Amino acid sequence: MENEESLKDKKGYKISIIVIIALLLVFGFILGNAKGTISLNVERIFEVIMNDDGSSDRMVIWNIRLPRMILAALVGCNLALSGAILQGVMKNPLADPSIIGISSGAGLFAIVILVIFPQYQHLVPLVAFCGAMLAAIIIYILAWKGGIQPTRVILAGVAVSALFGAGISGTLVLFSDRVHGALTFMNGSLSSRSWPEVQTILPYTIIGMILVVIFANKLNILVLGDDVARGLGLNVEVTRIGFTALAALMAASAVSVVGLLGFVGLIVPHSVRLLLGNDYKYMFPASALLGATLVIFSDTFARTVFSPVEIPVGIVMAVLGAPFFLYLLRR
Amino acid sequence: MGKEFILDIEDVNVSYKDKNVIEEINLQIPKGKIVAVVGPNGCGKTTLIRTISRSIKPNKGKILLNGENIFKMKIKYLARKMAVLSQNNTNSNDVTVKNLVQYGRFSHKSWWKGSEIEDSKIINWAIKMTKLDALSHRKINTLSGGERQRAWIAMALAQKPEILLLDEPTTYLDIAHQLEILELISKLNKEEGITILMVLHDINHAVRFSDELIVLKDRRVVRQGDPWMIIESEVLQEVFHVEAEIIMDRENHRPIFYATKVQNEHKGDEK
Repeated sequence: MENEESLKDKKGYKISIIVIIALLLVFGFILGNAKGTISLNVERIFEVIMNDDGSSDRMVIWNIRLPRMILAALVGCNLALSGAILQGVMKNPLADPSIIGISSGAGLFAIVILVIFPQYQHLVPLVAFCGAMLAAIIIYILAWKGGIQPTRVILAGVAVSALFGAGISGTLVLFSDRVHGALTFMNGSLSSRSWPEVQTILPYTIIGMILVVIFANKLNILVLGDDVARGLGLNVEVTRIGFTALAALMAASAVSVVGLLGFVGLIVPHSVRLLLGNDYKYMFPASALLGATLVIFSDTFARTVFSPVEIPVGIVMAVLGAPFFLYLLRR
Repeated sequence: MGKEFILDIEDVNVSYKDKNVIEEINLQIPKGKIVAVVGPNGCGKTTLIRTISRSIKPNKGKILLNGENIFKMKIKYLARKMAVLSQNNTNSNDVTVKNLVQYGRFSHKSWWKGSEIEDSKIINWAIKMTKLDALSHRKINTLSGGERQRAWIAMALAQKPEILLLDEPTTYLDIAHQLEILELISKLNKEEGITILMVLHDINHAVRFSDELIVLKDRRVVRQGDPWMIIESEVLQEVFHVEAEIIMDRENHRPIFYATKVQNEHKGDEK
């Protein structure tokens, strides 16, 4: 083999891929706004976004589709980044917030607040974060044996996921009278979400994106192994805890607005790895963009294909995600 | 006198689950020398290296680098003085050699400082020293064992350390590559003045390439000294349980031995 930079290692190639994903995102965003019971063309969409003409088109775009598409993008971005981080810190390619129980941890805590203490609804993201962190801590404790054992992470994660999942189902059954749309929470859905949800999640997305870009190199070093990372001067414990907390926060904020949306954190980082390699400096921005793109397209699909019936976007994700999961296991 | 010590290990005890893994270790590592740690399997060699590199916390004792306690330093500061090549860094990584060497500069950088030009100068120097110029864009997992080991050494070099710790740098390599790595280490010591502290499995290699040897047995240091002090039948019998023929390696003026037989009372001791 000769000493030439392979295509995947070239900076220009990586940046072009990121630009292509960004263009796809823009295309998906416009498509999502255009399609539905009323179809609109691009000019009309811009027209009604720019000025409130009181028309029904304006209503549909401004109150329904636009916030929904923005929310889809933010949720996709958060879940994809959360998955990308977890795969690194837990040294396991199957680590995804929904598979290893971090989402269910967040979900259980969120559900408890929503059905039992609805007066504290504004605390949902924070409480969900506690649930996600709790799940992460339990996984670490179970999977730790003189260092992180990748196979134990998944086993512990599946157990944690089942436990919290049971808690969620139990709560939903016991308080079935108070729960509207339990099914959509369990599967993750963007239906009837609007600006308030966007406001809830937006700060977490912004903070998360900034932090992952600043600290990407630390994660690159952490994946070399604990002893190597320490030798290079990385504070391994602080880095691992910090990144886990960030992953939990991003997953929790997504769960608290759309419910348990699975597989985004699995499919997206892996697709990005296949395209760009493992350097987190490129992986993070690419995962954020691809996550947003994937959820936007999936939601548009979920919303329009069986119209007027709308299926939860989580079902679409599962249909895409399950085969992908199997593919990763077989590889 | 006149001997300057870079590393002082004072009364260090490490235990794991209430069992001591190393006990009452007192060592002084002279600056600018090559020191090798030898000893039978399970005597605590790797634990010693991992403790000195701060991967394990001792429950007693102090480790001083140039007089400063390493456990009270910022880890980044320590990494600028001390580089480590640990044993199990064989993660199937798809990073390129150049990327890996760049990671060696981590401790010298933070977001408000660090010069790109200086960095790339040092990176190129580290790649040149380890003769990896022709492989710099190759992925680590496509390299042979010897090349990969050189890449890890290049990464450690990019840290510009005063002392380099190596845990069995020649394991799993064939004999030519073993010598190649040891010659490289020797060159780093002679030309760059880097103090070397390494664990070696092969005692003859340790004798040939180091100025001083440390012999560990049953969690303790039993001897420290120059090769002639170590290679004598008493040590070989008591520590390694072999009877041996000791001869003189004329080229290097060092002792060399070959084991003739396992000591009688030690037979069947294993397991």
